[in-house]
Amino acid sequence: MYHGYNRGVSSSPVALNCVGVVKRYGAVVAVNGLDLQVLRGECFGLLGPNGAGKTTTIEILEGLLSADAGAVEVLGQRWDRDADALRPRLGIQLQETQLAEKLTVAETLRLFRSFYPRGPSVEHLLDIVELHSKRDAWVSKLSGGQKQRLSVACALAGDPELLFLDEPTTGLDPQSRRQLWTVLEQFGARGGTILITTHYMDEAHELCDRVGIMDQGTLIALGTPRELVASLGAEHVVEFALQHGSRLEDAVLSALPGVREVRSDETLTHLSTSEVHLTLPALLDTLRDRHAALSQLGTHSATLEDVFVTLTGRQLRDE
Amino acid sequence: MNRTRPLIELTLSRFREFVREPEAVFWVFAFPVIMTVALGIAFRSRGAEPVIAGVVEQAGADQIVEALEQHGGFTVRRIAPADADRAVRDGRAPVIVVPGSPPKYRFDEARAESQVARLAVDAALQRAAGRADAFTPVQEPMQTVGSRYIDWLVPGLLGMNIMGTGMWGVGFSIVQARSKKLLKRLIATPMKKSHYLLSLVLSRLATLTLEVVIIVGFAWLAFDVAVQGPVWALAALALLGALSFGGLGLFVASRARTIEAVSGLMNLVMLPMWVLSGVFFAATNFPEVMQPLIHILPLTALNDAMRAVVNEGRSLDSLLPQIAILAAWGSISFVVSLKLFRWQ
Repeated sequence: MYHGYNRGVSSSPVALNCVGVVKRYGAVVAVNGLDLQVLRGECFGLLGPNGAGKTTTIEILEGLLSADAGAVEVLGQRWDRDADALRPRLGIQLQETQLAEKLTVAETLRLFRSFYPRGPSVEHLLDIVELHSKRDAWVSKLSGGQKQRLSVACALAGDPELLFLDEPTTGLDPQSRRQLWTVLEQFGARGGTILITTHYMDEAHELCDRVGIMDQGTLIALGTPRELVASLGAEHVVEFALQHGSRLEDAVLSALPGVREVRSDETLTHLSTSEVHLTLPALLDTLRDRHAALSQLGTHSATLEDVFVTLTGRQLRDE
Repeated sequence: MNRTRPLIELTLSRFREFVREPEAVFWVFAFPVIMTVALGIAFRSRGAEPVIAGVVEQAGADQIVEALEQHGGFTVRRIAPADADRAVRDGRAPVIVVPGSPPKYRFDEARAESQVARLAVDAALQRAAGRADAFTPVQEPMQTVGSRYIDWLVPGLLGMNIMGTGMWGVGFSIVQARSKKLLKRLIATPMKKSHYLLSLVLSRLATLTLEVVIIVGFAWLAFDVAVQGPVWALAALALLGALSFGGLGLFVASRARTIEAVSGLMNLVMLPMWVLSGVFFAATNFPEVMQPLIHILPLTALNDAMRAVVNEGRSLDSLLPQIAILAAWGSISFVVSLKLFRWQ
């Protein structure tokens, strides 16, 4: 019978501690002096575009890569000294792993379960990730979402204290993503610590207690999703485009009430605003005065995406 | 938690993956049986066969044909004078007699069959011309057990199969797991690396047992190929061979990242041995200077040792050099590949 989590009481509240971590590949600096602390029981999201150094960072924390400089502590232990004691305490899901295609779901879980001294039974793991109906199906017959849930179940096989997930929902449909989030929320609710990388901002918003935004190997922002959005000083974004591709001067837009920032890309003009109820009518009045016709108009609450754009001047997902 | 559980699960997984791959099963089990059947039929023993002798159609041909037919044991083919030059080369007759005084023999010095035909024709014609035998020997034709081509071939096919499955079985699954990042995923668990490598060897031994039983059993039932020496000695050699080639497979796969790369390396290692190590024809056909090199190849050692057991009824005590060669290849390649092995 599986009795769930059994955490040590004497352990420090810090689950992950990185100080000045550097990793180079030849001339390329993938991680550039990273400092990071993740607390126990926290779900921490590492955000950033591809190539920001997220995967390198997570693999250093997982003990799969060694850092060129800096110190890393995981659950109070160090890879160079305590690797054998540390491994069974972690659950790891890698970005590109393809599990053996000709083993069944249950066989795969039994294999991974056998590596760990303790943990839930195979049947319990199947329950956690809702793959009971696929128990005897070959891995090759699973959908993308089912494969990812199996991959997470393998990571949970040793009843880990700390779960590492590297872009677990990339390429999944919205329903599959939600199913996976539920699994992770349950893990968090039982006191588990999660470090997740993603480039989906809504995922970070939904799951993470705190996020760190990475760009070019360093953290450029750190805080709760709410704090980071609030740091923009603007809770909403108004996006519009005019017919025939005409534009209004930035100076005119900046003068509208509530507007904190004006930014244009090829298709849209974006106004970050703290008071959308004042900005929007003023914008419409201005357009009417100038006989300009809208071809598009929308507003949304400011997101982590806007935080990233503001910090770097680039979109998160453009490569 | 049982400490051997991971090893058992890894071995089972590997074995399941193998039996769920129909192509792999074909190459390991069906292919050698098909080879044995095909070659066994092609080279079956046919007892004493007449010697084919060509006689060029010109003056004196009739007397020569008559002399050969009277002597017996010849199939005579009359050859048009225009074809006399070609007949040996294109295989119509291993020896051509050009009538005359004295007659002329055309034959191919490099072919044993041609040499034998020349001697037989010469003896018959000399006797017809009046040469008396100095004595009449007692003829005692015999068919030695274990001396047919099929007897010689089966241990070679077995050796070739042990090499192929040993190297592919270990090498292919490693590179596949590496290219799919499954190796990396496995070392992110508390799994012992030695368990993973050992499981490859153990699952190999399960297929090896089946493979040897099928090939040897089939050769015995279909062609009466019997193991003259102790069966346990053959089993021990098969095991040693499998471990040795498993080590080589590990070595070849220790760094390769793609299936294409490892396939090329595998062929580079195995092809010379298919040719040189006496699978289909004796390694002694190669020049003397190459023999020391040929003899230290692991497949030569395995084939020689298995032939000694199967055909000559010897046991392991007389096969220590071959055993040492196999053990050396296996252990050196294993140790070196542990140093080189790329897990990610």
